[in-house]
Amino acid sequence: MLTYILRRLAAAIPTLFVIVTISFFLMRVAPGGPFDLEQALEAKVMENLRRIYKLDQPLFQQYLTYLAALLRGDFGPSFYFRDFSIGELFAQGLPVSIRLGASALLLALAIGGPLGMLAAFRQNRAADHAVIGFATAGITIPNFVVAPVLQIVFGLTLAWLPVGGWNGGAFRNTLLPIVTLALPQIAVIARMTRAAMIETLRANHIRTLRAQGLSTMTIALHAARGAALPVVSYLGPAAASLLTGSVVVETIFGIPGIGRYFVEGALNRDYTLVMGTVVVVAIFVLAFNLLVDILYALLDPRVRLD
Amino acid sequence: MSDTTALRVPPAGRSLWQDARVRLLRNRAAVASLIVLALMTLACIIGPLLTGHAYDRVYQDYVRVPASLSAYPKAEALPAAVQRIASRIRATPSEIVVEADRIRLGLISPRLIDPRLLVYFDRSDLFGPARVIANALDGRRLGLEVPIKRQYFLFGTDSNGRDLLTRTLIAGRVSLAIGLLATGVALVIGVVYGATAGYLGGRIDMVMMRIVDVLYSLPFIFFVILLVVFFGRNFILMFLAVGAIEWLDMARIVRGQALSIRRQDYVLAAEALGVSTGGILKRHVIPNTLGPVVVYVTLLVPKVILLESFLSFLGLGIQEPMTSWGVLISDGARAIQATPWMLVFPASFLVATLFALNFLGDGLRDALDPRDR
Repeated sequence: MLTYILRRLAAAIPTLFVIVTISFFLMRVAPGGPFDLEQALEAKVMENLRRIYKLDQPLFQQYLTYLAALLRGDFGPSFYFRDFSIGELFAQGLPVSIRLGASALLLALAIGGPLGMLAAFRQNRAADHAVIGFATAGITIPNFVVAPVLQIVFGLTLAWLPVGGWNGGAFRNTLLPIVTLALPQIAVIARMTRAAMIETLRANHIRTLRAQGLSTMTIALHAARGAALPVVSYLGPAAASLLTGSVVVETIFGIPGIGRYFVEGALNRDYTLVMGTVVVVAIFVLAFNLLVDILYALLDPRVRLD
Repeated sequence: MSDTTALRVPPAGRSLWQDARVRLLRNRAAVASLIVLALMTLACIIGPLLTGHAYDRVYQDYVRVPASLSAYPKAEALPAAVQRIASRIRATPSEIVVEADRIRLGLISPRLIDPRLLVYFDRSDLFGPARVIANALDGRRLGLEVPIKRQYFLFGTDSNGRDLLTRTLIAGRVSLAIGLLATGVALVIGVVYGATAGYLGGRIDMVMMRIVDVLYSLPFIFFVILLVVFFGRNFILMFLAVGAIEWLDMARIVRGQALSIRRQDYVLAAEALGVSTGGILKRHVIPNTLGPVVVYVTLLVPKVILLESFLSFLGLGIQEPMTSWGVLISDGARAIQATPWMLVFPASFLVATLFALNFLGDGLRDALDPRDR
């Protein structure tokens, strides 16, 4: 197991390297630069700025500089958020995004899993149709529709919760964003659990349990282990994208996470910010894929990790 | 005797597709979805021609009017509108009589009323050309008859005074076209790539799938923003490009299928007969992967439509005056309190379409699943 993890970690390094290389050059091919304003800067000022940020060097030289800095764990200074380094921006934003994403994920698992199991046990009956209807709605209604509706209902009409803002991470402020993030995940998890559960309930070992006259609860617990497999493999990428923040939710609720950095960085040609986000997202994706594979082996004794 | 005659005509076998069609038509949710989709497509293609409004026509006098089944202008709005126009002509209206399709009024001014100024009536969105029916005090007092222009705004108008029904239908054209276009591109690349990787197997398969893995861990939106930068805001090119990114899942699904197909006897037979690799892929591998692919396509179309609306929400999608459901919804979401109809109508069109596509996908999956027979 340990050697497997080490091998996977070693294999992640070339992948990361390729990702960094591709994104670095793609970003630079795009026209425009970080200091292009509505009114062009004076040539001398521009020249100085470019020298300070080492943009006047040949592209390959810049690439090597960036790579060397990255190896030391230095993401460089932000071009757009002056006076901040990318490391500082992430240190502030990442915990916020991770907290929201993790809460949403747990909520989605806690609601979506049982809902899916319920639907599977009541296949083709009213409860099943209700769950499927709800799940389809959760997948199809975009979160930028859900968010304003929640704001109107709970923030303005009922006035139970604040409409937006972070407020130092007060519990009240996190509720609406978490629900908005969780709704589509609940829907997907419920659907996947249902499908996997229906499959598992037809399996021989479950029929044996039924024949032995065990309670529905016991059967559900046994089937859950088998049904968890596809859900777990979905959760890897889902967790990675949830924990690295959502542009839409962070914009609508005014939350200082890192989700919005990507769009802002790309639109403003903040090279280091975009690269930093790419690296962070890629690390999350790779880490969660590894985690999923390990979980898979723990859940399914047929899978061997060597 | 009867036995042998029965055997002479072999029982007509049903192919996978015939069987799937029968089972799909038995699924009520899927049939309803098909009907909804057909109606939606028809409405979006023909509808804009029938609403009587151009999608980019601005009605300055009807900004943000609520949805209504009765015609505009409303009777209670007429006197104020007349007052406004009269004050531009620098005259005072009097004796306003509202009839079914016209109004009569008198205009009084201390000075001579220039009849050319009466064009203000025609310029407004509420009235037709005014006709002078009486002239007194040397043109300082005019009797007018003005026809009322009746217009229907079944879904209301947006914040620029454009008919929302027409815009919703035009937006539907764009959203559906994008969904189909991008899905088509993803389909072609994904199927060819996946089938090749799966059928060839071995080292080539490993390299090809590693490439997919790497592309997978690149944040997707990064590509999209770069594409927007490269292609400007030309949506056709952009969504060809989105399709070119969305093929990854398709490639994985098809590869999985192709891996099992290449061990089938008919493929071995084709190989033994010396059919070329391309021929085997085209004739045997790809057609047999199509079941899961069809299901995935019905789920990919809504995904792409949602993606487009997400881009439009960020301001990177379709540009004015063209529009898509995503643009309309994000406009509506911003003005949800004052003008809820601007969110409700486009959102319900979008959600209805996505619902139908999802249910159709589920129905197809059940219909094509050989274990469910």
